[in-house]
Amino acid sequence: MNLTLKIWRQANANVKGKMETYPIENVSPDMSFLEMMDVLNEGLISKGIDPVAFDHDCREGICGMCSMYINGEAHGPDRLVTTCQLHMRKFKDGETITIEPFRANAFPVIKDLAVDRSAFDRIQHAGGFVSVNTSGNTQDANAIPIDKHDADKAFDAATCIGCGACVASCKNASAMLFVSAKVSQYALLPQGKVEATDRVLNMVKQMDEEGFGNCTNTGACEVECPKGISLENIARMNREYLGASLKG
Amino acid sequence: MATLDAKIPKGPLAEKWTNHKSHINLVSPANKRLIDVIVVGTGLAGASASATLAELGYNVKSFCFQDSPRRAHSIAAQGGINAAKNYQGDGDSTYRLFYDTIKGGDYRSREANVHRLAEVSTNIIDQCVAQGVPFARDYGGLLDNRSFGGVLVSRTFYAKGQTGQQLLLGAYSAMNRQIGRGKIKMYNRHEMMDLVVVDGKARGIITRNLVNGKIERHGAHAVVIASGGYGNVFFLSTNAMGSNVSAGWKIHKKGAHFANPCFTQIHPTCIPVSGDHQSKLTLMSESLRNDGRIWVPKKIEDVKAIREGQLKPTDIAEEDRDYYLERRYPAFGNLVPRDVASRAAKERCDAGFGVNKTGEAVYLDFAAAIIRYGKEQAHVKGLDENDASLVKKLGQEVVRSKYGNLFQMYDKIVDQNPYETPMMIYPAVHYTMGGVWVDYNLMTSIPGCYAIGEANFSDHGANRLGASALMQGLADGYFVLPYTIGDYLADDIRTGPINTDSPEFDAAENAVKSQIEAFITNKGKNSVDYYHKKLGKIMWNKCGMSRNEQGLREAMAEIKALREDFYKNVNVPGQANEFNEQLAKAGRVADFLELGELFAKDALERTESCGGHFREESQTPEGEAMRDDDNFTFVSAWEYKGEPADAVLRKEDLAYEEIEVKTRSYK
Repeated sequence: MNLTLKIWRQANANVKGKMETYPIENVSPDMSFLEMMDVLNEGLISKGIDPVAFDHDCREGICGMCSMYINGEAHGPDRLVTTCQLHMRKFKDGETITIEPFRANAFPVIKDLAVDRSAFDRIQHAGGFVSVNTSGNTQDANAIPIDKHDADKAFDAATCIGCGACVASCKNASAMLFVSAKVSQYALLPQGKVEATDRVLNMVKQMDEEGFGNCTNTGACEVECPKGISLENIARMNREYLGASLKG
Repeated sequence: MATLDAKIPKGPLAEKWTNHKSHINLVSPANKRLIDVIVVGTGLAGASASATLAELGYNVKSFCFQDSPRRAHSIAAQGGINAAKNYQGDGDSTYRLFYDTIKGGDYRSREANVHRLAEVSTNIIDQCVAQGVPFARDYGGLLDNRSFGGVLVSRTFYAKGQTGQQLLLGAYSAMNRQIGRGKIKMYNRHEMMDLVVVDGKARGIITRNLVNGKIERHGAHAVVIASGGYGNVFFLSTNAMGSNVSAGWKIHKKGAHFANPCFTQIHPTCIPVSGDHQSKLTLMSESLRNDGRIWVPKKIEDVKAIREGQLKPTDIAEEDRDYYLERRYPAFGNLVPRDVASRAAKERCDAGFGVNKTGEAVYLDFAAAIIRYGKEQAHVKGLDENDASLVKKLGQEVVRSKYGNLFQMYDKIVDQNPYETPMMIYPAVHYTMGGVWVDYNLMTSIPGCYAIGEANFSDHGANRLGASALMQGLADGYFVLPYTIGDYLADDIRTGPINTDSPEFDAAENAVKSQIEAFITNKGKNSVDYYHKKLGKIMWNKCGMSRNEQGLREAMAEIKALREDFYKNVNVPGQANEFNEQLAKAGRVADFLELGELFAKDALERTESCGGHFREESQTPEGEAMRDDDNFTFVSAWEYKGEPADAVLRKEDLAYEEIEVKTRSYK
């Protein structure tokens, strides 16, 4: 396959960026999108051009580090995959592919396609945990049976990889899907219920301070989420938040 | 030559850890506030250690090269975590987990460490559940288990095919709580560039901020290395792209012995290589061998027809299939340990029975499991058990609930639906049992410098059993290191903060800066990946699943030559003071180019076969690995002397008090 790539280039957070065009030839349909980017970069290096910076690590769809906005969609046109699991067979020979970073005020660009998502970490610092120390004396794991239905729902929420596709896809750059996934996981489990009130209030407060936008229920986040995190979690968080606010 | 002292406590094996904990020095809560600990790496071992040390009251500084601690490669572990809970009532016990691990490691691991690991395994599950880790449960609401290779019980706890993710997010959440409290200072996108040793003790590290290139000094009273394994020395492995040996290698160069580098795990079930563009290999969890049957055609003409696309695997009749693991190892069948399964796949493919274009793939088939589960479901629901399409549909649902994400991953990568056609798999580099040598307290040969998790060598011998890596990472981080480190730090309560304005810090920082300068100004003709790929080819061809003297000698010479060429001709674009992934990669590949040679040297000196280390010169008539216990019942710990070829062997003799050393058999 021969392709034309239009890629966002920006040296660092303090300068303006712009789109650059690079042709690329002999792309195998079996390549992953990031392997195609590797080939591009090897070519750029040999020509003395600065390679395109992008985040990536595990390349098996689980670490959440890769983050490209491809042809107007977070992680590209395929569903339920991250960019590293997107394969070139999803594109056509001769196609022009536009590649941009995840864009949001709360995700400043570091370089080219790499953005700073540490706002997500700070939301987790505010309450994304159960306060239990490592004592070795916690009660036996089977002492609290958990309804399989609830356990499965908690698991589904917990599969969020923190990539930020939900924010990048949202016209308001809202982080509601990300935050609600964590709030839901703990709200559904007895271990998490003890601190549920403070957790939802603190995490939402931090989310607002980081400059994420409001949720207007368009559902774009759910469509683009590589892990299929459900909007149901946002509804659950809204209930948790309302209950917590009334409590105090 | 005296054997290395592993400082194993005296007394009966089952009481060593309890007694040791009761007698080692403690640091009072008030004094812990005066002590700083650095932890490099935020995988299961690093994250759990950071969180626990902070809970205890130490001031922790944690470092990771990724943009968040949650991205560490433990996240990608799939199948599960072992613990001797005996929830299934199938006869499991601490002793049995201990025994299976020693046997699985082919009698090359340290008895006392492995017993401790088995002892604390049950605490790990309790701790994780208390943190809200959503393990799989049955309909009664209790925890579910499955089986892994090399054992005859079901002791593996799991969260679908994402167990590592859920455990890591649990440890990350424990870290977040301490970051929020200010007890952990987190440094994302920072790479450890060197260790600083002052008066013979580890007293800090030099780091590079990967966003702006700034070189920084960090002092501490102890340094913990939790940076994972070195499988990427093969270029293609199931490791993440950034996984590297550099932290472990830097401390090796400062005096820490490096143990058993040739003990590498080649995992039997990975998606085969598809072409030269390949950047990494993807694992298909060992848990799939609970339900998947591995086979190749019996007839070579069927193999040919499959390769040419004239036959599909589903066209091959049952009697024309060779379920070679079930044939060769009837007792364990498809659940033999990884090293055995990998070699058996290689044997069939070398004999010409590989089923893809390159001849390097075997089938992993779920058709039988789908029918078995489907019939069970039909029976439970009172439906017609003889309705084939209904049974298939119900069976597929069960398989989806167990392995859904793995099947989806396979489909996306290979573009074939594994519910309908068998998966194609082939062995790939996955885990490294070797690593930094540590004593019973997990301290390296440098006082005050510790190594935990995959970065150390101690628990898995020559082959790791499935679902034991997660167990070891969390055992070290949650339950071992936080206790043993106090014994050392008890002497540091009056030391005060470590001054980073010292000649030792100056020297380390200058060395780091001059290496970076050399890379940036080199302007050679070959990219960093050019060298990494070449190194990987040498390693895979000559230090891979089967090794011999001639190949290993050649590998040593070729790696040395490649290293010299690298320093002359590598091209690192960009500048030092910016986000520069090529520069970061150059430093990591430079270390792999040294480790690779030591790896080959270690494999050359160990003329026996054991676990994942298969020397062609040492095999039984049936082609099984043949150990040489008289001459090799020891840990090979290498002391740095400049060139890797000049490293000096320090042995730690392995004594087995509790276990009778036998020939491993899974027949």
